[in-house]
Amino acid sequence: MTLLTIDGMRVEFPSRRGHVTAVEDLTITVEPGEILGIVGESGAGKSTIGNAVIGLLEPPGEMTAGAIALHGERIDTLTDAQKRSVRGARIGMIFQDPLTSLDPLQTIETQLIDTIRENLGVSESDASGRAVALLDAVGIPDPDIRIKQYPHQFSGGMRQRVVIALALCGEPDLIIADEPTTALDVSVQAQILDLLKGLCRDRNVGMILITHDMGVIAETADRVAVMYRGRVVETGTTAQIINAPVHDYTRSLISAVPPPDRRLDRFPLVTYIEDAQERPEGLDLATHWLGQTRDYGAASEELLRIENLHMRFVTRHSIFPSRRIFLDAVKDVSLSIKSGEVFGLVGESGSGKSTIARIITGIYTPTSGSIQFAGTELTSLKTRKEASPWRRQMQMIFQDPFSSLNSRMRVKDIIAEPIHFHQLADSNAEAQKIVNDLLDVVGLGSQAAGKFPHEFSGGQRQRISIARALATRPRFLICDEPTSALDVSIQAQVLNLLKDLQQELNLTMLFISHDLPVIRQMCDRVGVMRNGQLLEVAETEALFNDPQHSYTQHLLKLMPVFSEGAAKFGTG
Amino acid sequence: MIGFIFKRLLQSVIVMLTVALIAFALFRYVGDPINNMVGQDTTQEERAALKERLGLDDPFLVQFGRFAKNAAQGEFGISYQHRRPVSDLIAERAPATLELSLLSALLAIAVGIPMGVYTAIRRDGWLSRAFMSLSLIGISLPTFLIGILLILLFGVILRWLPTFGRGEVVQLGWWSTGLLTASGLKALIMPAITLALFQMTLIMRLVRAEMLEVLRTDFVKFGRARGLPDRYIHFKTALKNTMVPVITIIGLQLGAIIAFAIITETVFQWPGMGLMFIQAVREVDIPIMAAYLVMIALIFVVINLVVDILYYVVDPRLRVDRAATGH
Repeated sequence: MTLLTIDGMRVEFPSRRGHVTAVEDLTITVEPGEILGIVGESGAGKSTIGNAVIGLLEPPGEMTAGAIALHGERIDTLTDAQKRSVRGARIGMIFQDPLTSLDPLQTIETQLIDTIRENLGVSESDASGRAVALLDAVGIPDPDIRIKQYPHQFSGGMRQRVVIALALCGEPDLIIADEPTTALDVSVQAQILDLLKGLCRDRNVGMILITHDMGVIAETADRVAVMYRGRVVETGTTAQIINAPVHDYTRSLISAVPPPDRRLDRFPLVTYIEDAQERPEGLDLATHWLGQTRDYGAASEELLRIENLHMRFVTRHSIFPSRRIFLDAVKDVSLSIKSGEVFGLVGESGSGKSTIARIITGIYTPTSGSIQFAGTELTSLKTRKEASPWRRQMQMIFQDPFSSLNSRMRVKDIIAEPIHFHQLADSNAEAQKIVNDLLDVVGLGSQAAGKFPHEFSGGQRQRISIARALATRPRFLICDEPTSALDVSIQAQVLNLLKDLQQELNLTMLFISHDLPVIRQMCDRVGVMRNGQLLEVAETEALFNDPQHSYTQHLLKLMPVFSEGAAKFGTG
Repeated sequence: MIGFIFKRLLQSVIVMLTVALIAFALFRYVGDPINNMVGQDTTQEERAALKERLGLDDPFLVQFGRFAKNAAQGEFGISYQHRRPVSDLIAERAPATLELSLLSALLAIAVGIPMGVYTAIRRDGWLSRAFMSLSLIGISLPTFLIGILLILLFGVILRWLPTFGRGEVVQLGWWSTGLLTASGLKALIMPAITLALFQMTLIMRLVRAEMLEVLRTDFVKFGRARGLPDRYIHFKTALKNTMVPVITIIGLQLGAIIAFAIITETVFQWPGMGLMFIQAVREVDIPIMAAYLVMIALIFVVINLVVDILYYVVDPRLRVDRAATGH
């Protein structure tokens, strides 16, 4: 019998300016033991489906049409109290961020036992036994010891296992997993997906897997529903959706995912999306402002040279040196970046990639080691004034386009700030002209100048960040995960822009990412980092085709691959 | 943990020394202490002799050291006005103020927290709206006005409650309490409500705001998603997380209640330290002012220390140790 049937569901959010329809005419089914993937970009209404099924729509959202049935029995018409007995006991839910999903003030044991007793009504000792067994089942070592601990004592991946154990407490028949691995590293992601797949198979539990990541879908789901703007545009088996997509949106969505197995010149744009923008072709550097004073003397072969860089943070202060605790974020790293090259740094969270970027830009002062930029030793520059001309030549683009722009400044002032700071324009009018020019260059157009950051989408904001970085006419650009907060179609646009600018302006780039396919598309050479150490540096194609270090091989093996015929990389 | 408490104790000592320095400066340099002590007809020789005997000719540091040493033992000299040791006066007056303040604080917490929780959970109920409107009055009306209005209503018009003083008190050793007699309890009602009202509304609004914040977190949503009942979510999950920031404010407010009991004590002629302080200011009774200053500072420092320790008890994330950081 079909486990879950959603028939013609519509979810609306009434507001003063009319109703916003988040989900329209949604019809899907899930069988026991089956994993249904729901894929789509942000704002497509994916999470609303999960919340509607479990009866936890954020007010004022409400289901205005359709029916939801579990084992053939309507659950959307139940009273609140009845809905509560469905939650946990019959439908379990897993949220995206394991760091915020657990009550920080209670032990894992209390949270597990209380949930089990609430749902199953068993005795305390029985619940305690079940709790340990559940932790064991989700792969937490030493469950009887770790159950006494608090959430902050677990790593991200372990916390997500605890979250899964909690979702299983009431022995549900259906699990809704809302972006369960988005906040996790790629190696942890693979383990969690394996765990979820195993649980569905062993316990004959049906699952709705909500994600934006085609790779996750390809690895995990049996069937897929593709959503666009609140509607399902296409459903089918995973193989069919990936290999022979019928709908235009599905096709462009799949083509926008950076292929891990080959290098493209440019990313295909998702033309289905209305606001896909293209920028004017080509820049004539001889006449353009960005071309002025780009002649930095004899172009040395090597622009940046880092030698034996070491960064140590004190994580516990004490007046007794023996009781201090240190974290070596960067250990003895040496690398060099050639002029005009895109150098990639790849590694999981906590591997020290961002720390290196911050040391180069002078946000952190390294514990030891040397950084030479165009032949000048940066660590020997003591005053701001001395360092300023070098800082001007290197600029940074940050990961989060929402927090890296001052929300109280207009776009023109945001971009003009570095111009004024480094006195690159003679007058205000000239600065404004440069700003308008830069906005054209990044494909936003000068009408964006008078607006505030909140009027733009994530991808557009990242373009503003790029314009701001270009405003000092840098020759070295550091991009720290520039697209990890963006949807895949927007990512394609921003990466294309960065690629074009790099070629036109002959920029040297340090490109930091955890995303191997993106690294492959963007970089000439790649360094692989783990725990503060640089394990391997190689030409990109060489690294992907013939990785030397075992950790690199491991990472490549874990990379989700979904296009047909694409062999998995690495030696495995 | 021990290192942390040690550090906080060290900071506390520095704060207390600074306050003592101000108190000492007040004592030594605001007016001439000799003039304040002796009568008009004292000869110049007698004054010099007194100055010599009191050690007012000694170097600054020696004098300050002596002051700090005495203050640490609770000795602040003789009140100019009452001609009695300040420590005795304080010991006599402290029970009145402490009983009033602690009762007010208890009232503020016992009413403020449940009201805050209620208004957060039933955000749109009519009772919540009524509480919120009332709290606006509590937070905007000055304490003395509330006191006077209460006196007018319950003291003058209805004649239910006494309008001034502590009523009958019972002596328990050196502690005089008004809690054991009917007239003492009756006398306590209006001052306690007056003093508590502002704190009560503050705590209610704070708890409400924090609770609303916590109710939006992922772990509350996850709790609902796994079928935990509202009662559990509200009181076991949300309230505990709400209390972490609320504890700090309540701690600081407790200090404020004791320190700012002055106004309430004046309105109700409550024979506590605040009233004594006001009288001391009027009579330029410097030793009492200095002692009051040091004592209030001590109360604040002790409360802050207790709040910091409570943080450790409530929030496991602060109990970082070697084992925990290893994972």
